[in-house]
Formats: sequence, structure tokens, C-alpha cells
Amino acid sequence: MNYPTQLQPFGHALAELGAIDERIIVIDADLQRATETNFFQEQYPERYFDVGIAEANMVGISAGLALSGKTVFCGTFSSFITQRVCDQVVISVGYCRSNVKLIGVEPGIASGRNGASHQALLDIAIMRAIPGMTVFDPADAIELRAMLKYLAENPGPAYMRVPRGKVPVIFDETTYRFEAGKAAMLRDGKDAAIISGGILLPEAIQAAENLAAKGVQARVLNMGSIKPIDKQAILAAARDTGCIVTAENHSSYGGLGGAVAEIVSQNCPVPMRILGIEDRFGEVGPNDWLLARFGLNADAIEKAVIETIEKKGR
Amino acid sequence: MDSKLKKELQAKCLDVKRDVISIIYTAGSGHPGGSLSAVEILTVLYFQEMKIRTEEPAWPDRDKFILSKGHAAPLVYAILAERGFFPKTELATFNAPGTNLQKHLDMHLVPGVELSTGSLGQGLSAGIGMALAARLDKRDSHVYVLVGDGELQEGQIWEAAMSAAQFKVDNLIVFLDKNNCQVDGFTRDICNIDPVDEKWQSFGWHVQTIDGHDLSQIEDAIVKAKSVPGKPHIIIANTIKGKGISYMENKPEWHARAFTEEEYKQAMEELYQQERALQK
Repeated sequence: MNYPTQLQPFGHALAELGAIDERIIVIDADLQRATETNFFQEQYPERYFDVGIAEANMVGISAGLALSGKTVFCGTFSSFITQRVCDQVVISVGYCRSNVKLIGVEPGIASGRNGASHQALLDIAIMRAIPGMTVFDPADAIELRAMLKYLAENPGPAYMRVPRGKVPVIFDETTYRFEAGKAAMLRDGKDAAIISGGILLPEAIQAAENLAAKGVQARVLNMGSIKPIDKQAILAAARDTGCIVTAENHSSYGGLGGAVAEIVSQNCPVPMRILGIEDRFGEVGPNDWLLARFGLNADAIEKAVIETIEKKGR
Repeated sequence: MDSKLKKELQAKCLDVKRDVISIIYTAGSGHPGGSLSAVEILTVLYFQEMKIRTEEPAWPDRDKFILSKGHAAPLVYAILAERGFFPKTELATFNAPGTNLQKHLDMHLVPGVELSTGSLGQGLSAGIGMALAARLDKRDSHVYVLVGDGELQEGQIWEAAMSAAQFKVDNLIVFLDKNNCQVDGFTRDICNIDPVDEKWQSFGWHVQTIDGHDLSQIEDAIVKAKSVPGKPHIIIANTIKGKGISYMENKPEWHARAFTEEEYKQAMEELYQQERALQK
């Protein structure tokens, strides 16, 4: 599916926010071009700090600034900001309730040019288990900008996955409204529900279109706000369609699928299938190739929906 | 420091030591050795140097103190109670179920605590952040951080050390409580941190070395630090773990230990004798 793109929406939007709110500070760990924070630095050098290759220290300095009234955006590759500095995030950000916005660039397989060491496949599992931590995974440039604005305006610890470079535009900027904890129904259907988000959303939409051509009507929910999560939308999907397939750019353990299953299993059990990366590390490759290899593209989602529908009423 | 003030602060130190030992004795657990080694440092900070308001703990222009070695929480609780941040009666709840006075500091439960700590190595980075914020906001305030010598084995400390010098945060004053002991034994036998003064100098810090139990030296070092611009400051305080109680001094096993009733009574008797000597 071919969508138009925006170039570096995160970096530009962050610099725009810097003009609106003087409390915003940006901290980097020697990756300003990867995190696109060079735009902010050019405009607000006095509110920009590069700590060098020292992620633990970056998170700690961010916490200290935040506890002094600043809104701090601190970012690096998503693997480093979650796995590498997990305890600093848990204690200095989470436990201290610091107003630090942790930015994870190139989440999941999106770091395919760098391979397994840089591919955060368990970042959502880690971050959503931290008390009070907001977790967002935007699907396109419009949602990314809206989430970023929300984070700048709402104090508290948060983690956002950020696609870099050319980012697709899926939503209509004039009508799109973001609300934390609210899913968006992109397509209704009675036979099954596909819950997805992030870079997998286009695959989920394509799968639903392929299914419709075969007479199967699948509801598609974009769940970009993973924490808080839209419990009502999940339960409505379970009741209305009778089965759910989740598809995510993450390990099949503990991510979006896990979050949905926690709600479905305890409130309205229906057959489910969790599509994610199955208990393995990543590898190098372009997104399309990796999605096919890990069974996460539209064809794989379509197949999973048909198999899950067959389990209904057994 | 004039002799009258010195005597007052010495008496306060004895009160704080009694509090620390009573807190830990009542709870039946805690970290007494590394609490007693830094009594004089915190007494000078909280009763002489720091610009703080007990009635307004979040006063924006205040000086800040971070206990990076978060296990010395009993010392901070004793100091804050003596300083009037909360009633002294609350000290008896230390580490009891439901208490505000957790084994390690929780900034959201105790007024006057600036950072939740307990996982070592994280306080210095946060202190840099606070010092940078004060500078950005053009506030004339200082950030003090107490680190332990065993804590210097954490890599994040050295990330922070480089950063503080790079950013020239000269409103940051670090005290190293160098009591030479850690949980498993003497620091030199586990993972030697010496020569620690040369290390900090080579990292670009303004370094002073003092007797960490001498109130005048502590105060003078702070005054001196404030007069040296362009560099972060570390005051290496040579201290004795368990200082003031004969059977505890320089014994690594007193890092984390409860007191028996007999030990408690002896500690109180020794502190009483020290108080009598002070009054002469």
C-alpha cells in the first residue's frame, strides 16, 4: 500500500514545540541526527544537551531537570532507551515520577539496517510494566505529531516509539483527533477484529481489504495508545466480532497482544491470535522483507484472521 | 567556625547519632555504618549551609541535597526530623509496614527529600540535571550530592563525572563519604577506587580532601568550593564507618546490621559520655 510521506516529522514537530513551551529541554546521547533533534538544537541551543555515549547518565540528568520543572525529551535508539537503561528508567524516571519523555527511535524491526543489537523487540513489554508510564506507538506522521503534542502538554513519565526519516501519512490531518487511551476504528466488521498499530497498521488495513474481497468483514482498530489502553474498544470488539487478532512490531510476549489478552481473557474471553516476533532476535533487512520473514505482513495477518474465525464457537 | 557554633553543631551531631541508632534498633534493620560516617557532613549542610524552608519544602530557590547512597536513609530521616520537616515521633515508624520512612528514600512520601534513591549510582546524574535547571532559570542555588566510596564502582558515576565537567556545573558540590568499607569488605580488597583524588582531578573537577568528621573543615571546604568558578566540586571526606561507636568503627559488617539490646545500650552510653565531655 503506497501512502504519501512526510520527512522527519518528529524532529520538526519537536522544534515547533520548543517555540511554544520554554520549559522543553532536549537531551541526546550522540545520536542527534538519528533522533532528529538537530532541528531543536539549531533553534534552542541553550535548551539542548548532548551527553555523549552515556545513556544511563542521559536518563539521570533528564530526571534531575524534570524534577526542577522542565519537560524533558530524551532519546536514542529504542533498544538503548528501554533495555540498556532499564533500571535508570524504572527508578529515576518511573519511581520518581519525573516528567521525562523517553523517545525510542527505530523501534522493533524498523532498525533493520542495524540488525539484532539495535532492534528493540521487547521495549513495550518493559515500558508498560513500569507503574505510571505512558506508552505510545504512532502509525503515521499525523498521529506522531499529535502524540508528541500530548506528551508536551501532559506531565509524567512516558515512552514513545518514533519512526525516523520518511514517515507515511495514513490519517487525514484535518479530521484526525488523538486521545490518550482511545482506539480509532478504521474499518468496521462483524466477523473478526484486527488490533494493531505502529508500522504494522498499513499491513492490518491491507489484510482487512483482502479479507473483504473474499467476503470476510474484519474490524480494524488502531491502538497507538498502548498505555493507557482503550478497554472499552477491546471489549466491544470481542463482543461484536467474537474473535481478535493482534499484530505488532514487537515480541509476541508482553506487548500489544499481551495487553489486549489481559483485558479479553479476564472480561470477555474469545479466541485470540497474537502476531508478533516469536521468541527470537532480529536480523538485518528492509522492513518488507523482515515483515514477511517474521510472519507479520498483510498475507500473514489475513491467514491468522481466517484461522481464528474457525475457532469461534468451538 | 567559631567555637560556640561548633559546640552547637557537635551537640546536634550527637542528637542525630542517637536518632539514627534508635531508628535502626527499633526497626530491627537498617544501614548504621554508612549513616554514622556522614553525620557531620549532613549536619553542616542542613544546620549551617543550605538555603531551605521547612515550611515550604518545594521553595523554588532552595538548595537541594541528594542522598545518592540511598541506604543511609536513617541519617536523612534523622536530619530532616531534627530540622523540623516532620515530627520526630514519626522516626519510630522506620521500615514498618505502611510507613513513609521506607528503607530507602521515597521523595513522594517524605517532605524535604529531593530524589528517590537506593539503586546506587543514579543520584549524581540527577544532581547535574538539577544544577543545570538552576543555571537555566538563573537561580542562585546549589545542589549537593552525597556519594559513597563503594558507589564509585558504578559506571554511571563516571559518565556523570565527565558530563558535569563538560557542562561546567559549578553549582554542584559532591561529598564523597570515603569510609573505605562496603558490604563485602574493605573497598581496597573488593574493587579499589584509589587514588580517588587523582581520578576526579583528571576528570576535570575541583577536588578538596578533608577530615569528614571535622565540622570546620567541612564548612571551609564548602565555602572554598563556592569560590571556584567553572568546575564541578568534589569534597573527598575521609570518614570512619560507624564513627562514634567504639565497637562499630571501621567494621564492614556494620554496613547493614541490627543492634542487639546490649549493643544499643552501649551505643547510647557512649554517646552520653561524649555529650558530657562536650559540655565540659
